[in-house]
Amino acid sequence: MIELQNLTKRFDTPSGGVEALRNVSLTINQGEIFGVIGRSGAGKSTLIRVINLLERPTEGKVIVAGRDLTALSAAELRAARRDIGMIFQHFNLLSARTVFDNVALPLELRGESRAAIRAKVEPLLELVGLSDKADRYPAQLSGGQKQRVGIARALATDPKVLLCDEATSALDPETTEQILKLIKDIRDRLNLTVVLITHEMAVVKEIADRVAVMEQGQIIEQGETFDVFTRPQHATTRSFVADLIGFDLPPALQKRLSAQPVGNSHLWRILFTGPHADEPVIAELSRNLGLDLNILHGRIDEIQGRPFGVMVVQARGDEAKLIAAKSYLASKQLTVEELEDVIAIDRAAV
Amino acid sequence: MSSQLIALLFEGLLETLVMVGVSGGIGALFGIPLGVILILTDRGGILQNLAINRVLGLIINAARSTPFIILMVAIIPFTRLVAGTSIGTAAAIVPLTIAAIPFIARLVETALREVPSGLIEAADAMGATPLQIVVKVLLPEALPGIVAGLTITFVSLIGYSAMAGAVGGGGLGDIGIRYGYQRFLPEVMLAVVLVLIVFVQGVQSAGDRLVRKLSHR
Ligand SMILES: Nc1ncnc2c1ncn2[C@@H]1O[C@H](COP(=O)(O)OP(=O)(O)OP(=O)(O)O)[C@@H](O)[C@H]1O
Ligand SMILES: [Mg+2]
Repeated sequence: MIELQNLTKRFDTPSGGVEALRNVSLTINQGEIFGVIGRSGAGKSTLIRVINLLERPTEGKVIVAGRDLTALSAAELRAARRDIGMIFQHFNLLSARTVFDNVALPLELRGESRAAIRAKVEPLLELVGLSDKADRYPAQLSGGQKQRVGIARALATDPKVLLCDEATSALDPETTEQILKLIKDIRDRLNLTVVLITHEMAVVKEIADRVAVMEQGQIIEQGETFDVFTRPQHATTRSFVADLIGFDLPPALQKRLSAQPVGNSHLWRILFTGPHADEPVIAELSRNLGLDLNILHGRIDEIQGRPFGVMVVQARGDEAKLIAAKSYLASKQLTVEELEDVIAIDRAAV
Repeated sequence: MSSQLIALLFEGLLETLVMVGVSGGIGALFGIPLGVILILTDRGGILQNLAINRVLGLIINAARSTPFIILMVAIIPFTRLVAGTSIGTAAAIVPLTIAAIPFIARLVETALREVPSGLIEAADAMGATPLQIVVKVLLPEALPGIVAGLTITFVSLIGYSAMAGAVGGGGLGDIGIRYGYQRFLPEVMLAVVLVLIVFVQGVQSAGDRLVRKLSHR
């Protein structure tokens, strides 16, 4: 649906040039929700603004629905933009227009009749749950309601693509969840292609089918959200998912770790993914192998409807038992990592 | 107050109203588009054209830095050409309009600058033409600011029109000078000043009320 080919974007500033995008190529499929995450200044906004050519790339092609937007005339580009809806962090609603008239704006621009506009806007307000607020002005709405108006407005011209630039960053967590649900719901109903940029990993986890991680104008990692979350390859990605996934031990626990191994005590991090992720593996390990297991930290979650968990355990037993335990875990397709740090403290103290 | 004085003041007020109303109206007719052009052609504007922007800015600044009394005298040939005479109410309207245009242009420019760039970007993303952006986004969003600017303009024009009165332009200023100053009738001077105060107050509070009504922020 969207194909970005070798995009480079240079900004010339008085203090020299900035390369906001460096040779970025990306394919986004019809009907998927594609997340783009990165730190501030990574180039996320530039990337999404290039997709509807609010920002013209210095080099490269932007192909949306089979058409190269960079090759279009000004009038053709305006027409093409009607197939691409966009919502914004700060909503960008017109303060002088009511909710109804804000949603009507893209239709007015297209020269639709008043009757056609009414026929289009009313169901849209219904869809986003704001039918009773049609005559309010944006200043009289909450942030979540404003974003709903933004979504209705973006959908007014029946776009094929919805671009979301930090669409939930100005909202509280609960409202964020509602808006994300709405976006997902709309995608399912209308088979929209959604591009969503954010600096919040929780948003990606909640909604994205696939995700790309950006750093310094480049995509450093991309793939299925589940894979990127459970097997992050790049240090930056890892730090993004760490908090959410619980890779790291809580600070209080970390303090009690020392670099010296004590006896035959090992510290393992077990990743629960795959078909056996929800089986009672730990219980079986201690029962069947007689291994002494102490669970220090764990988190179980769901990403894209698939169960996923991380557990840090302290394992004690003789070498043979430990090896047997590892091969048992491997047979369940669970990943075991030996942590360098081993609990120095006595088990009783934990 | 004699009925004669009241009739005199009433006539003066009408003349002032005509001078200020017509010059302000025509001033807005030219000043608002000029303000729009200033914004559109500025750096980062949707029709960026720095050459046009600089030249316009220069002309506007030149017109605005000329004291009104000098402007009035300097353009007498032009006034005669347009109004057919260089004295009287009709003649005063010409320099008042010339003074109002750049004044309004700058105030409109300032009001338009207050429109968040995100709104223009949103309209751009919807496929709006530059004209649509001006008509559907910029002007409606800046309307309260523009009305506030026009209110300031009308108040200033009332002051300027009194100066025009001094050189035979008619209106309240003319009455004040002729009766109050030249014939030394302090009660007429006082009455003129009082009428002007009430007039300015009226314009200002009507403008304020309209701004409040238009603003939905
Ligand atoms: N119009 C511009 N002129 C000059 N430099 C720009 C411009 N827009 C963006 N940049 C620069 O390009 C880089 C990428 O900016 P961008 O806004 O895409 O980052 P971002 O990932 O969206 O960050 P944030 O999370 O803070 O919004 C930054 O270094 C920024 O300073
Ligand atoms: Mg950004």
